[in-house]
Amino acid sequence: MAIALPRPDLQPPPTTDDSRDRGGKAQPLLIVENLRKHFPIRGGALNRKIASIKAVDDVSFVVLKGETLGVVGESGCGKSTLARVLMGLVAQDQGRIIFDGELVGGPHGLSLRDLRRNMQIVFQDSDSSLNPRLSIADSIAYGPRVHGMSRAQALSLAHDLLRRVGLDPALFALRYPHELSGGQKQRVNIARALALDPRLVILDEAVSALDKSIEAQVLNVLRHLKETLNLTYVFISHDLNIVRYVSDRMLVMYLGEVVEIGPTDAIYRGPKHPYTKALLESRLGADPRHRVEAAPLAGDAPSPVDPPSGCRFRTRCLFAEDVCASKAPSLGRSNNHGAHLAACHMGDPQSGHSRASLAPAPLPRVADAVVC
Amino acid sequence: MRDATLPLPHVAGAKQGPLTGRACGYWRTVGRRLRRDYVTLSFASVIAVIALAAILAPLIAPHDPNATSVAYRLKPIGYKGFILGTDELGRDMLTRLIFGGRVSLVMGLVPVGLATCIGGFLGLVAGFTGGFVNTLIMRIMDVFYAFPSVLLAVAISGAMGGGITISLIALTLVFIPPLCRVSEAATTQIRGRDFVDAAKASGASSLSIILHHVLRNVLSPVLIYASSLISVSILLAAGLSFLGLGVEPPTSDWGLMLSTLRQSIYVQPVVCALPGAAIFLCSLSFNLVSDGLRQAMDIRA
Amino acid sequence: MPDCAPQSDHPLVEVDDLHVRFADRDEIVWAVNGVSFKLTAGEVLCIIGESGSGKSVTMRALMRLLPAKRAVISGRLRIGEYDIMALDERQLATMRGATVAMIFQEPMTALDPVYTIGRQIAETVMRHERCSSRIARDRAFEILQLVKVPSPERRLDSYPHELSGGLRQRALIAMALSCRPRLVLADEPTTALDASVQIQILLLLRKLQQELGMGMIFVTHDLGVAAQIADKVAVMYAGRIVEFGNADDVLLRPRHPYTMGLLASILLDRSREQPIEAIPGSPPDLRIRPEGCSFAPRCKFARAACGAAFPPPRLVASDHVACCLLVDELPLREASVAEPVDLV
Repeated sequence: MAIALPRPDLQPPPTTDDSRDRGGKAQPLLIVENLRKHFPIRGGALNRKIASIKAVDDVSFVVLKGETLGVVGESGCGKSTLARVLMGLVAQDQGRIIFDGELVGGPHGLSLRDLRRNMQIVFQDSDSSLNPRLSIADSIAYGPRVHGMSRAQALSLAHDLLRRVGLDPALFALRYPHELSGGQKQRVNIARALALDPRLVILDEAVSALDKSIEAQVLNVLRHLKETLNLTYVFISHDLNIVRYVSDRMLVMYLGEVVEIGPTDAIYRGPKHPYTKALLESRLGADPRHRVEAAPLAGDAPSPVDPPSGCRFRTRCLFAEDVCASKAPSLGRSNNHGAHLAACHMGDPQSGHSRASLAPAPLPRVADAVVC
Repeated sequence: MRDATLPLPHVAGAKQGPLTGRACGYWRTVGRRLRRDYVTLSFASVIAVIALAAILAPLIAPHDPNATSVAYRLKPIGYKGFILGTDELGRDMLTRLIFGGRVSLVMGLVPVGLATCIGGFLGLVAGFTGGFVNTLIMRIMDVFYAFPSVLLAVAISGAMGGGITISLIALTLVFIPPLCRVSEAATTQIRGRDFVDAAKASGASSLSIILHHVLRNVLSPVLIYASSLISVSILLAAGLSFLGLGVEPPTSDWGLMLSTLRQSIYVQPVVCALPGAAIFLCSLSFNLVSDGLRQAMDIRA
Repeated sequence: MPDCAPQSDHPLVEVDDLHVRFADRDEIVWAVNGVSFKLTAGEVLCIIGESGSGKSVTMRALMRLLPAKRAVISGRLRIGEYDIMALDERQLATMRGATVAMIFQEPMTALDPVYTIGRQIAETVMRHERCSSRIARDRAFEILQLVKVPSPERRLDSYPHELSGGLRQRALIAMALSCRPRLVLADEPTTALDASVQIQILLLLRKLQQELGMGMIFVTHDLGVAAQIADKVAVMYAGRIVEFGNADDVLLRPRHPYTMGLLASILLDRSREQPIEAIPGSPPDLRIRPEGCSFAPRCKFARAACGAAFPPPRLVASDHVACCLLVDELPLREASVAEPVDLV
């Protein structure tokens, strides 16, 4: 069945009439501005702060209504911390979050409790994602009951949600998590997130721990739910293939910063940042005749405790020059939410980088220079 | 949504996955395991017998536990009218053992029960709050933990007088720190799990999270640990009575009986060892049953 | 043990009708139900399977690393000239490390945190070659260079927690290769790594395997990894091999419905409009002894005959077998030539 997905660089998506919509069609559902979260590392006799993990550093982006925004990055890039900060599970050090035009927190803004009615999170399937002592129906019904729903109503809602995610309530409602498979548990996680009828769902590596055949099932469920319930997704993953399939726009994170953002297709066809390009070239296809012959990136990412000065990627970048160490490139801003931006001096004609003065030319193949 | 509820092709003989079994709850699996564990079952029945005898003591005891008799002092086992012999004041051993069972069970269960409530609660608060409150509570516990339990019980009991109530209090105080520690460790572990974050993300208050999510998961390790403390409590209580800090004569109590029969050990050694055997059996039974319970409840299905 | 010179056509690894079941106090789990394959020296075999397929159990059975009390193993296992089932503990210890080495998935748990990397590698060398610690340390240095660890002389004295994920995995590989084994067993060694590091490790393994002429059995759930590194591919489901053949044959012209289903759910450059054809249902419960084809409940082509007995292997091309009754009738699927990267 063909689905008309919203194209962010054209008109705002024709959303169905949503009574909870306060900001209007053009208002992005979520605006994140200059978000910062550092975790202190304490040591010494007096437990002083000796260093900090710069998990999320000056991150800004928007999420449009009805779209799926992909967040991609490798371990240590800060995407999971970002998810938790957005949900309010971890308090940010600096920065603003604006949901549908209302500021979150502050004296006149949206309270955290109200935010959580509108925004929910689905964690990676793990042993600890569901309470082992509660039945599935009770786990799902917990959220609505906290907000005042009666027990009977909440349970009937739980049954309805189980049906929506493809689990027969007659078989599953009274089961416990240890009796379910990974894919089934993840569906329960999704049902639990939907129990509060949110508008935005953050999926934090929601399919990463699943077998490939089950992952496909869960992605189909997510897709179906998004259409029928008019949801907006933020899809966090390290798997570039899934992100391409699922997202309309995406952003790439490296060591706590956003290095590239834009429409998914544009990024996959023409990445503007060397890191994105290297990541794309690291993907493995299922064709033995076309094997990757050379590793696009050497070494591991540096630690987020002491990131390199200037551009954080310069230690692994083949095109790094002096300007990259002295000045950090900025992502730039644009009023067009669908713009394709990258934080790289090579794309900024005024940066002083030797390659910047050239007319927009495709990035040279990173893989050519690196041999394992 | 059709994926999981697709009508799967009916293939004769092909077995499905876990969907076809009945929903097997946690407690049902525990029950099933226990039913097959003969050691635990037999010692659980020993405890049941002791408990039953203690409850029905006035009905089933052949004699009055405090009826002394100069004529029938220190009679051996199998003596006519006194199946298990008599003690140094002529009182029937069987009767006194049965009545002593009451005291021992009370001294075993009550302190542990109280300490579980108090220590468990403190540990829960410490584990969930973290930070300064946690440090405060746990360091205070550490002070008490530093003393060997016997010494602590004796010291508290001795300082406060003696008697059964005081020893109950002393024993409760001895058991609060370890239970608090177990509870705090379990709570801290549970608090870090994703489902607690999910509950927080749904807007629940801390109290609601503790009651609905944390408590059930913490209860299990705490109760298992508490059940293993019952046998220790019985031993400690007997010890306190032996030292004269527990129950007062002429109340029947196994520890006190051991103490008073000590001098007569060369006259009737077997009779004098009987209270010790009772303590041993009772303590061992609780120990093995709690072990069996722990094994049965330790499901990583 | 006799050390006969290996003949060129003599397979390095021969597994014949391997069965493994785990007897717990509650139930029996039928983990491996009749697995047979051969591997020649210098070849890379990838065993592909999802969780519960029995792939890791098969590999651990090869080295007899399964818990002796709970695991019941039957069948013939041969590595080189060793009959694995007939060896006693001492002979097993001699064989492990020197003839067969294993690379685990989680380097942080597979490496001892209280010893330095150099010490752990040297310990393996000293145990098998009975040389002095000086020579062992030199060898450790050589191996670290071989696996491309930067500044190896400094890393010899590093502890595992001081290294990054990729370096730890390289150290683990160095440890496995330190005695020049003839066969390397790798249990999902790249699953826990980022994509950019994974490709480095895969290329390294491939290069080392070719240079040292080792045989390699690589267990993975990722078809992309298999495409990158395998000469031969075995697809396992519910404790049995359902398809076996050259990498080209199995991955480009799959003949078993399960393999076809796996390949169909690959998302590489799939158009967003296209829904994924997911395999319905869940992996089977291994506590139930399989009678017919284990995949039948989830197979869209299943017929009544599929439930009767497990389909025997059918030769569909040279060196390519599939265990399905319907191989001749299923539509052939020629995979489209897909470039993993479509950059300008």
